[in-house]
Amino acid sequence: MVGWAIAVHGGAGVDPNLPPRRQEEAKQLLTHCLNLGISALRSNASAVDVVELVVRQLESNPLFNSGRGSALTAKGTVEMEASIMDGAKRRCGAVSGLSTVKNPVSLARLVMEKSPHSYLAFSGAEEFARQQGVEVENNEYFITPDNVGMLKLAKEANTIMFDYRIPIAGYEKCAGLESSVKMNGLPISIYAPETVGCVVVDSEGRCAAATSTGGLMNKMSGRIGDSPLIGAGTYACEVCGVSCTGEGEAIIRGTLAREVAAVMEYKGLRLQEAVDFVIKHRLDEGFAGLIAVSNKGEVAYGFNCNGMFRGCATEDGFMEVEIWE
Amino acid sequence: MGWAIALHGGAGDIPYSLTPERRQPREEALRHCLQIGIKALNSKFTPLDVVELVVRELENIPHFNAGRGSVLTNKGTVEMEASIMDGKTMKCGAVSGLTTVVNAVSLARLVMENTPHIYLAFDGAEDFARQQGVETVDSSHFITPENIERLNQAKDANRVQIDYTQPIQNDTKNETEPPFANGDSQIGTVGCVAVDSNGNLASATSTGGLVNKMVGRIGDTPVIGAGTYANEFCAVSATGKGEAIIRGTVARDVAALMEFKGLSLKEAADIVVQERTPKGTVGLVAVSAAGEIAMPYNTTGMFRACATEDGYSEVAIWPDTKIE
Repeated sequence: MVGWAIAVHGGAGVDPNLPPRRQEEAKQLLTHCLNLGISALRSNASAVDVVELVVRQLESNPLFNSGRGSALTAKGTVEMEASIMDGAKRRCGAVSGLSTVKNPVSLARLVMEKSPHSYLAFSGAEEFARQQGVEVENNEYFITPDNVGMLKLAKEANTIMFDYRIPIAGYEKCAGLESSVKMNGLPISIYAPETVGCVVVDSEGRCAAATSTGGLMNKMSGRIGDSPLIGAGTYACEVCGVSCTGEGEAIIRGTLAREVAAVMEYKGLRLQEAVDFVIKHRLDEGFAGLIAVSNKGEVAYGFNCNGMFRGCATEDGFMEVEIWE
Repeated sequence: MGWAIALHGGAGDIPYSLTPERRQPREEALRHCLQIGIKALNSKFTPLDVVELVVRELENIPHFNAGRGSVLTNKGTVEMEASIMDGKTMKCGAVSGLTTVVNAVSLARLVMENTPHIYLAFDGAEDFARQQGVETVDSSHFITPENIERLNQAKDANRVQIDYTQPIQNDTKNETEPPFANGDSQIGTVGCVAVDSNGNLASATSTGGLVNKMVGRIGDTPVIGAGTYANEFCAVSATGKGEAIIRGTVARDVAALMEFKGLSLKEAADIVVQERTPKGTVGLVAVSAAGEIAMPYNTTGMFRACATEDGYSEVAIWPDTKIE
């Protein structure tokens, strides 16, 4: 028997000028989600149940970029994606291009458990959602005024940008544009990925991971990022569970989530060493972060960008919710 | 060291009893595509150009499950997907859900080179194809009588076994693709890997997916690290049951074993295929920076061909019966 451990994230890459009030809101949400997960773990829930439960909570809250509050495509719509992986047998499920499904991570789980496939997308995924009777909402439910504003700004800047949560009203006062912190070549003030994810190892030593996102603000319709790609944004096997966030293209090229497990399995590194190795050596000029747990009850995180919304806790009472280094 | 190239036309339950009428056109096609790749490498094309060129050719041949000749979804439509990766720069591109694009692998390359993204799918990918002016045709172009027949057989069999709208019990889940009478219904995917004399590597894979798949189903082919991967160590293209290849992160694992455990290409490829994926699900072709070739599979057979600059070449389907 191993002590359980859990970590959650709400995105890597944070504006250093993020107003304190928004920082507080984010930390409160992360704490709330952590506590939900901890409660479930104390009731002996399995790792895969806990990651789904926690990510559902993050999706339902418009604060981060997933489910409600997802970033918008160039057409002003949402196309949500998610994946989940159960380390015990490396079963996995993923979805992309969802526009009405309230909880993409739950649909990903249904793909894993109720379909003969691992990954469903766009109209096929929406159809499956209806067959399965999951909760659906109109596209408008997912769209927040903040994001409509950000899309407009992104179009004016005529560039792809990550989602960002600063209220539009404060934008003109925002000193962020002078910030030297950049991601994908743009100032961090208009740039924060805010994908959400959760990794858990339960008291039986089973690992699981789940990731969910609306993707890049102003993305081309049909663009798929790292979050639904097993091995890139999400991975879990017998030794660990990993969820990534940041520049999707860099995470895909680096097969980041799988990499953590591969260096543990093939190089014999421990969890924190593996996370550090991957962040240091697998990202080139890309910016990203990740959270991970191991089957030994350890929890770790790493990021090479400016901040990552995160929280972690272990059975022995350790708990931390942070944004900065 | 010279260049090396390997290509495949799918791994699966290819029965030894495959009739000459079905076997010979495919062998001929493999030989033909191999020659195209050899010629390109001798003309100093980059590995990236070579794998795209060869996969385009395989897509155009209706005998393989990619482009024309793609297998059909449960609605009788085609949904094609592909990916490509340049080992030197680690840049990659992928597409899914294409219905009118003649060469999916070329669209994947355009995603890689002309967008800030890596992966486009369905309507968005089709829109992009039109913007880029690639060749598109009515989707009936891709549908062959053999594939309509395969779909009918699959539907007959599945109607007895599994109804997708009901919860599926774990033990029947593996029976989704039952063995078919003529065996070659299990053909899946085409791919090509190449390395030049400087050790630059590239890989590309393309497919129509699984017979009778759910509309919207994405397999391993467009998932970087699963069906396709290339870095400074090796280039890999996988084929077989997509779900197993995704779980096993097959293409990435070959490279990871080489890098982290110092294994040779052959050792790494064998371990991934024989030990890390279930029997009957996977085959792959791979080349290393040192010019080695590996083409392991754990299925009955795999349509494959390879060649090296020193003049060696091979076209084969089963384990011990090389055709040349």
